[in-house]
Amino acid sequence: MKHFTPLTSLAGGVLIGLAAAALLVLDGRIAGVSGIAGGLLRGRHAGALWRALFLTGLVLGGFLYSVCVPEAFAFTLARSRGALLAAGLLVGFGTQLGDGCTSGHGICGLGRFSPRSLTAVLTFMLSAAITVFIVSRYFGGVL
Amino acid sequence: MNQKMPKATPAHGARFLATAFLSGLLFAFGLALGGMTLPSKIVGFLNFSGGLSGWDPSLGLVMGGALLVYVPTWLWVKRRSHPLFDVRFHVPERHQIDLPLVAGAIIFGVGWGIAGFCPGPAFVSLGALSKPGLLLALGMTGGILGYRLFQRVLNRGAG
Repeated sequence: MKHFTPLTSLAGGVLIGLAAAALLVLDGRIAGVSGIAGGLLRGRHAGALWRALFLTGLVLGGFLYSVCVPEAFAFTLARSRGALLAAGLLVGFGTQLGDGCTSGHGICGLGRFSPRSLTAVLTFMLSAAITVFIVSRYFGGVL
Repeated sequence: MNQKMPKATPAHGARFLATAFLSGLLFAFGLALGGMTLPSKIVGFLNFSGGLSGWDPSLGLVMGGALLVYVPTWLWVKRRSHPLFDVRFHVPERHQIDLPLVAGAIIFGVGWGIAGFCPGPAFVSLGALSKPGLLLALGMTGGILGYRLFQRVLNRGAG
């Protein structure tokens, strides 16, 4: 477990929890990134502004963090442009079809003891682990 | 229940909108601090072929840390009638486990396993002007729009 970062990961998780809790307690919304982005891109006009602002915060936060800690965004996997685009397509389509991602199902859904979210989390974890296994075993970790 | 429900949600106030923005900002800091913008850590969590010595449990701790805050918040929220800055909670209430849920999770998992980016870190990395993050976000936008098209075709077929 040489890359394990228990303290910063736990602290990062607590910050994510606080951000999601604030959105629930104050605004009454679920902090699911795919749901928020999907609602915006799928042309739901109601709530377009708060969705856009949440995503702006997310993107701006990434920019500010990268100015201070650029190494937090190091990409060390051997992936072609095509593989990254394809991965993005699958992530975008799959999260819309399955109603959520790691934040919506994994944090907000599990945190509400939702059986749908538990099913989704177990399913995408397994599917992702199988994918990682196939990529490393049969493609030598290069795509 | 004799109170009339408001027909439309009133326009959201400045506090409501500021909360959305600040929540996104804090969410981004949490993801980056937790190491979730490093796809190698995601793949390290999902890779069990190296045995326990090669495994990186960090992602589990990020989820655990978030749940540590979110679970008690939810238990408190459940007893309240409305959030502070809006008239009602917008929380999914479906319980049915159906094919779209499972199929969508499988498809998402494949994409997540290929590149190590889920939607949150993809947006954060886009802000960091990382090229892989940019490509991921571009593909993701295409996937979301593709789903919109898929849904329209389905509706046309059914209607």
